[in-house]
Amino acid sequence: MGGLRLAAVNLDKIKSLAERIRVETIKTGYGAGRKGAHFGGALSCIELLACLYGGIMDIDVNNPTKEPRDVFLLSKGHASVSFYAALACAGYFPMTDLQEFEADGSELSAHPIMNEAKGVELSTGSLGMGIGTGIGMALGYRRKGYDNHVFVLMGDGECDEGAVWEGSMAAASFGLDSLVVIVDKNSIQSDGTTKEIMDLLDLGEKFASFGFDVREIDGHDTEKICHTFSELLELRNGKPKVVIANTIKGKGISFMENKPEWHHSALSEKQYKEAMQELGQEVSE
Amino acid sequence: MVDRKVLRTYSMLGAQGAFFARLTELAAEKDDFAVLAADLAQSSGIGKFMRDCPNQFYNVGIAEQNMVNIAAGLAKTGFRVFAATFANFITMRSCEQVRVNMGYMKLPVKLVGSRAGIINGHLGNSHFCFEDIALMRAIPNLVVVSPVDAFEAVKVAEAATESDKPMYIRLTGKVNTPMIYKEDYDFQLGKAVTIKEGTEAVIFTTGTIAANGLKAAKLLDEAGISTAVVNIHTIKPLDCEILESYAKTAKLWVSLEEHNVVGGLGSAIAEFKATLKQSPPQLFLGLPDAYGKAGEYEWMLEENGLSAQKIFERIRDLYAVQL
Repeated sequence: MGGLRLAAVNLDKIKSLAERIRVETIKTGYGAGRKGAHFGGALSCIELLACLYGGIMDIDVNNPTKEPRDVFLLSKGHASVSFYAALACAGYFPMTDLQEFEADGSELSAHPIMNEAKGVELSTGSLGMGIGTGIGMALGYRRKGYDNHVFVLMGDGECDEGAVWEGSMAAASFGLDSLVVIVDKNSIQSDGTTKEIMDLLDLGEKFASFGFDVREIDGHDTEKICHTFSELLELRNGKPKVVIANTIKGKGISFMENKPEWHHSALSEKQYKEAMQELGQEVSE
Repeated sequence: MVDRKVLRTYSMLGAQGAFFARLTELAAEKDDFAVLAADLAQSSGIGKFMRDCPNQFYNVGIAEQNMVNIAAGLAKTGFRVFAATFANFITMRSCEQVRVNMGYMKLPVKLVGSRAGIINGHLGNSHFCFEDIALMRAIPNLVVVSPVDAFEAVKVAEAATESDKPMYIRLTGKVNTPMIYKEDYDFQLGKAVTIKEGTEAVIFTTGTIAANGLKAAKLLDEAGISTAVVNIHTIKPLDCEILESYAKTAKLWVSLEEHNVVGGLGSAIAEFKATLKQSPPQLFLGLPDAYGKAGEYEWMLEENGLSAQKIFERIRDLYAVQL
């Protein structure tokens, strides 16, 4: 199945999808005004989102709740702004809906609110929960005889949460080879670098010791990401999978890259223009 | 009609044993159950289910947060999900998982807290649970239920199986719980039941401590204070209609629960009572707001003024002074 997935994937399209998602992320985040957005962690996972929504996942935007379908859970719910941009670009809802991001009473709030029709499978924001819920879904699908996959995107800071490791232990113990955990390893959490705050040491080794098949890749290399996912989807070997994606927090906007202060912040007009220019976009006055 | 013998068997099994015995029967018919435990399956009455329905049973080990997350995922894929372990662990260790998955997302997990209250006796405060009603009823969308005896636990199991709402089911007692119901009756979630009529005082109660309330009410009757007993099996949503019906007739309201007097059934009742134009005073009978000394269950009830005799005396004395 995985090989077939790769055959169906158009790498050029995925690259341009990633570019589009990045532009929409900046526009949408800027649209929230002084409320700001979690730009850093949203920008670091864009290539991962582009690969998943651009062909790796077996989904149908015209029938978002079809069964079986591949499921994506944004466990790092604070990356909502690029997630919403990816969903809109994939066709789950009109691009204009992105203007509602963080608006009063909006369905597209700073942390996702479960809305299957719009492709939002879970309400997230409280970290460390996606993996456990993903395990439950994978168990349920297995009992139904489905051969779909459940993808869970976590942050590396999120791995501080104990429930992540409770889940990891269970995923291996239940032999859930349909579970694909992705760690967006941008090495920065809210208060500083992960090394300073809570050193994860060798994260891949940790997951391997919990019984996962581990792949560590450049999380911005779309070709590599697609190949890795495709390979893992074929590997029905009784082991859960984890992709450690080495990424850059704030990727693509030079003044945000690797800057802890851009974990959550607001763009000024000047910064917005700079960011858009960097993405090759013209900003009308 | 339910056979008397069956009722006695339920009573021997206790609320938790009877609950899961009934669930085992239902699961054998339907085959779409998912029962989860966190390494306390045997001690929570799930032993039979585990043996009889292994393909519908999941043990997640000593990891309650993970259990609630997994339960939520299974519920999302359409199974009838019951996650169970000791009440203190399931409601407090995993409180935020309950809030997000069951409250916020309304995923219809049935959270079953076994051995709630102080039934764990000599095991001590780490294994008691008298804060759970307060916590669970503060979470929007949750239905909070606590059956008064083992037969009612069976009724709750049946109702929960058919309910599409997230629920917290608080099971007090262990084995050999006293029988309140000696014959079949009409059980509906959210609809309280008067189990003894009376005109002067009324005891609103929940969980298996109801048996002591009932005994106390009979003693009160003998002492000339005609006392009603109302089974509030569903703490949330609260049956305000039945409360209101006692507002003008009774001279004293008593709330009786095996829970902290802070935040439990008594508080829920008082929140409604405060909105009434006219209502009598309320006596809060429950566990004190403290981590007290541990001991055998009966000794602890006595210490905390929750034996039938103590309940009777406390109500009688207040009645004599105030009314």
